[in-house]
Formats: sequence, C-alpha cells, structure tokens
Amino acid sequence: MGYLGEIFIMAMTAIFINNFVLAKFLGLCPYLGVSKKLDSAFGMGMAVIFVMTLASAITYLIRNTLLIPFDLGYLQTIAFILTIAALVQFVEMVIQKNAPALYKSLGVFLPLITTNCAVLGVAILNTEAKLTTGIDYRFIDAVLNGFFSGIGFTVVLLAMAGIRERLELVDVPKSMRGMPIALIVAGIMALAFYGFMGFKI
Amino acid sequence: MMILSIIVLNASPTLEQPGVLAPILIVGGLGLIFGLLLAFASKMFEVKVDPRVETICGALPGANCGACGLPGCAGYANAIVHEGIPLTRCAPGGPALAKQLSEIMGTEAGDVVRRIAVIHCSSGGFKNTNWKYAYEGIESCKSAVNIAGGPNTCSWGCIGYNDCMNVCTFDAISVDQHGMRCIDLIKCTGCGACVRACPRTLIMLIPIDRNVYIRCSSKDKGVLAKQVCGSMHSCIGCGICSKKCPVQAITVESSLGRIDYDKCINCGICATHCPTKAIEDQLAGARKIARIKPEKCIGCTICAKKCPVQAIQGDVKQVHAVDAEKCVGCRICVQKCPKEAIELF
Repeated sequence: MGYLGEIFIMAMTAIFINNFVLAKFLGLCPYLGVSKKLDSAFGMGMAVIFVMTLASAITYLIRNTLLIPFDLGYLQTIAFILTIAALVQFVEMVIQKNAPALYKSLGVFLPLITTNCAVLGVAILNTEAKLTTGIDYRFIDAVLNGFFSGIGFTVVLLAMAGIRERLELVDVPKSMRGMPIALIVAGIMALAFYGFMGFKI
Repeated sequence: MMILSIIVLNASPTLEQPGVLAPILIVGGLGLIFGLLLAFASKMFEVKVDPRVETICGALPGANCGACGLPGCAGYANAIVHEGIPLTRCAPGGPALAKQLSEIMGTEAGDVVRRIAVIHCSSGGFKNTNWKYAYEGIESCKSAVNIAGGPNTCSWGCIGYNDCMNVCTFDAISVDQHGMRCIDLIKCTGCGACVRACPRTLIMLIPIDRNVYIRCSSKDKGVLAKQVCGSMHSCIGCGICSKKCPVQAITVESSLGRIDYDKCINCGICATHCPTKAIEDQLAGARKIARIKPEKCIGCTICAKKCPVQAIQGDVKQVHAVDAEKCVGCRICVQKCPKEAIELF
C-alpha cells in the first residue's frame, strides 16, 4: 500500500471509525454547546480544524526537538497545553479582527477550544500513534492526523447542528426540549458511528 | 527555537542527566516565546471598540431586565451605537436616562411615556378567592395552573402564588394583609418581567397617567364569571361601559371589556356605571373640575367643541361656562384653550 492509501486509512479512521466526539468522547462541550445553528457550527468546526492542525504541527516539533532530546517526556502535557492555549488566543485575535460576525456567533466557545480536550487529545495521541507499517508518525503524518481529526469533529458537529435545527420545528414534549433531546440525539449518533468500528480497511 | 536549544545544550553538558535547568529553560522559554507572540498579535490584530458603548454601558442601570428587548444592558448599549435603535427603550432608566443617553449619542431621545404594571384581577387574596381544591404543590403560579386548570374556580383569575412578586427585580410588588399583591407605583419601572411571569397574563403595562382599570380578565360568560369570582367584581361583558365611554375607548370582546389607553381620557365615567364594580377608578372623588376664567375667555368655542361630555356651554364671542355636574375633569379643554383661560379646581 502506497502512502496515499496510508493517508486514506488515516482519514477514515479519524473521521468515522475513531471519531473524536462519538468514539473517544472528547470535545463534548462544544459539540453540545455550538450545535444549535449550522452557521456557528461551521465556524467552530473551521476554528477547530485550524487549531488542531497547527497544534499537531507545533506540538510534534516541540516534542521531537525539545522534549525527547533532553529526556523531558514527562513535560509533554504541560508544554502541549501551553502551546494550545497560546495558539487559541492567537486564533481568537485573528478571528475577532477579520471575521467579527463569526467571533460573535462562536462566543465563549472560542476560548473554550483551549480546554477542548480533543485538541490536547490529538496532540498526545499523535505521540503514540503508529502507521500501518508499524513506524511512528512523522511530522507530516502528525499534521495530517490533526487535520483529519478536525474534519471528523466538524462533520459530526455539522450533522448534529443540522439535526438540531430540524428538531426546533418538531413537537417535542415540553420537558424534553433543548438539552435533553440533544443528549438523546447525541447518544443515537454515537450508536450509529459505532457501526463503523467493524470496518476493515 | 534553534538558538534556545543551543543555549540549553550548553547549559546541560551531559544529555543523560539534564538536571533541573533544562526543563525550566525549555518550558519558561516556550512561555516567553508564546507571550511575545501574543503581545505582538494583540497589537497587530487590535480591534478598536467604540468608546460610546462603554459610556452607555456605565449609564444604563445594569439590571439586565430585558425590557428593551435586547439581551442585557450591554446588548442594548451595543445596539444603540451600532444599530441606531431608539434611546427610549430602557424602562428602569426612564426619561432621565433617555436624556443622558441622548447627550452621549448627540441625538434627540424623544418622549418616554412611563408605564407601570397593573394586575387585571380583583381576586387572588385569602378571602376573595373561590377554591376548587387545596393545592399543595410547589409554591408557584406556573406550577399550580397545570393541575386541573388551576386551584381557583375562575380559570382566568389570580391564583396568588406570587410569581410576579418573585420575578420583580425592583422590589415593587408586595403582598398586603389580605394576601393581595400591591404594585408600588414609584418603584415599578415597567420592565415587564411580571407580565411575562404571570401564567394567566393578568398583568399589563399601562401609562402611569391613566388611573382607570378594568380589574378582571375573565372571558367566561357573564353568569358564570359572576358565579366563580371570589371578589364579586368580575366583568360580565354587559357593555355598559363601552356605551357610556365618551371617547369610545372601551371595547367588549368575549364577555370582557378592555380599555384602549391611547384613547382613554381618564374620566372615570365607566367606573361609575359598571354594575359589578369591576372597573376601578383610582381618582374617584378626587377629580378636579374645570372652571373658565371669564376675564380671559374670548368665546372661541374650541373648548365646547373638544369637550367629550358636552359640559361646556356658550355662544360664539360670549364667555363660556362649565357645567360642574357634567364635567369629568379630563383636562382636554385646559390643553386646548388658546388663551389659557381654563383651570382645574
């Protein structure tokens, strides 16, 4: 299998089989919080893709040029969090300057990407992940994995937002409106994605 | 990053035993680099905020009551500056605030009519309510109305679990010794929180200079409304008030009279004719009567034409006179007289 096949497997794994939200249960806060409207869900998804890709790249560099050579693997978590926090702050400033409408609709969830465990999750899982050939991720693999994980998050977030926009028009029992029905939908979506687990690529 | 790693390499000569310096330098260095990057970015991507938004935010009461129809005081401040919505929407701030805002924005504010909440039911107390059953659930009107259409016999009237009082952020609603809710006219800002809280929509916002209220919201037919009402002051939809109103301000629909306060002249005639005393006139007995000063009257007949109850008589170019029996003290003639010849006594 060529490298393209490798990338395809990586993409399928990140988006469907090992989806961050529905299979690993990471990043649930924005998944439920920003999925009320398609527009803001799309914006959030783009922000997460951007942050995840960049975070994967920078954390890979930090780990392999600074931490591993000095035998400081135990500092991995703190260094990664530092990186992600700074990155999110940076992205927030750029969005506020260049896309005020998006900034408004993302609201508090943009700073919350900092504490979005999916971003830290992808950075840490990159350090342990291996290609099908058994070798550790190289820089480009880590970046691609971050990118595809972000896409996986966005796909699920958009699906959820689409469902919730339609749910607005449905006659849901009063006590189930809002968050309760959203949680039930999330559970059903997770069950549906569970079906991908049997895939053999 | 390369420079940093070279420094660190020199600082810890043996790679096998990095010591405490390397981690400190690496994490500290990372923090420093990111800090500098963010400081640079904050200058480069700075977004200028309109200083008027902050000034207006400071001037607004900060109660976040939502009377303006926007989410909170900050939202209103933003909307004033960026969307140009009227400066008069803030109910708690009232005219004084509108004037202040117009100074900040440099535009005219327009008039603010102060409105207050009025409960349109004369029942709901300890002794003037008829109960269907003894409600022993959560002490809330919203909860009580859900059980068999509410615990009181009148399915339109006040239940008396004080949802309106609990929601009032200005402490304007209190309960008197009879268990009735009283609205403090001075404290009430007309924010409308109680209007939204009342599950039976008994509360309406009414201009403060109107003092005649139909204290009933029952749409039951006359006989039934009278039977179920605990206070005996229910509107039976007879329509007498509508016929007697000199300015046609009252309409009766579904056995319930409602006053159009844009038309109402506050005369109180409806209250005197209401057979069930469902209409409350707070100025009853306290109304002043118009009197024309003979030395100033020029006989222009404007007052006689404008009087809604035909209480002013007089020929052209003759001194007019007010019939004290008929005058309702509505002030219309006082406002219309071109010579300021009419006063209320």
